[in-house]
Amino acid sequence: MCFGALAVGRRNHMRRLLYLLPVALFVVLIAYFAAALRPGRDPSTLPSALIDKPAPDFDLAGLAGMPGLSRAALDGHPAIVNFFASWCVPCRAEHPLLMRLAEQEHVPLFGIAYKDKPEDAAGFLVRLGDPYHRVGLDQSGRVGIDFGVYGVPETYLIDSAGHIRYRHVGPLDRDSIERELLPRLKEIGG
Amino acid sequence: MRHRATLTALLLLASVAAASAVEPRERLADPALESRARALSKELRCLVCQNESIDDSNADLAHDLRVLLRERIAGGDSDAQALQYLVSRYGEFVLLQPPVAPATYALWFGPPAVLALGAVGALLYLRRRRATAVEPEPLTEAERRRLARLLKDEA
Repeated sequence: MCFGALAVGRRNHMRRLLYLLPVALFVVLIAYFAAALRPGRDPSTLPSALIDKPAPDFDLAGLAGMPGLSRAALDGHPAIVNFFASWCVPCRAEHPLLMRLAEQEHVPLFGIAYKDKPEDAAGFLVRLGDPYHRVGLDQSGRVGIDFGVYGVPETYLIDSAGHIRYRHVGPLDRDSIERELLPRLKEIGG
Repeated sequence: MRHRATLTALLLLASVAAASAVEPRERLADPALESRARALSKELRCLVCQNESIDDSNADLAHDLRVLLRERIAGGDSDAQALQYLVSRYGEFVLLQPPVAPATYALWFGPPAVLALGAVGALLYLRRRRATAVEPEPLTEAERRRLARLLKDEA
C-alpha cells in the first residue's frame, strides 16, 4: 500500500517534469535565437579554415621598382597581412585606420593587392598614402584563394612561427581594431 | 508548322534550364574531365553569394574557383582530392552538402530523431487512451423514457 502510494507520487512528479519540457525547450531556443540575432553579428562572415595553421607559401612581385613580398618576409616575427584592392570601396574606408596602425604599432604591416592592376594599386597608395612595409601583387588571385580570401579587404594576423592566428573579413573599424586586432596582436607578442 | 513552333519553344526552355555561369573558355577540352568538373562545381558553394554553387554563380571568385578546379582535375586530382584542396582553404562550409561526421551528426540525425521521438510519444499516448477508454454505461430505464419524451417534443 505504502509502496504503491510512493510509486504513484513519483509518477506524478515525473509527469509534471514532462509538462515542463516544452518550456525548457522554448528557453533553449530563445537563447539560441538571441545569440544568432545579437547586434553586430554578420551571419555571412565565415571562420577561417586556416586558424592556427601555417600561412600558405607565396612569392609575389612588387609594385614597379619595389621589392616583392614572399612568405619568407613573414618569418621570425609577428606580422599583419592585409588584402586590398584599388577597386574595393571598403578598402578606402579602412585605409586611414591602416595608416594609423602602421604608425602606432611596431609589427610590420604587409599589403597584398588582390586582383588589381599594378598601376592602379600603385596609384591608390600614392593618392591615399602607403601604410605597408611591403606590397605583393596577387593579380591572379591565387594567393588569395590559398589564404581562403572571399572578399577584400581581409586582414590576417600571423605569429612569429608563421601560423595564422586571426582573420578579419571586411573593413577594419576602430571597434574591431581595439577590441579584436590589438588584443590578439599582444597575445602573439606584437 | 505549329508543331515546329512548340518544339522550338521547348528546346529554348530546355536550354534555359541547362544554363549555368560556366563560360566556354573555362571548359576543358576532354569531355570526361569537363563533366567531372561540372559535377564537382555543383557541389561547391560560392563564398561570395553563399547559397549558389560556383557552377551557378557569376561572381569573380566563383569563376576563379571553377578555373582552379579544372586545373586540379586536368592535373590528375581525384574528385576527393580536388574537393579537399578547397576544403583545406575555405573550410567545410564550401561544400554545399555537409559531410557526415561527429560534428554534423546533430544536423543529419537530429530531424529523424525528433520525428522518432514524436512517433514514440504519439504511440504511448494512443495506447494509454485505448487502455483507459471505457464503454459508456447504458442508459437506465428512466433516462431512456426521458430521451424518448424529449425527442417527441422536438418532432
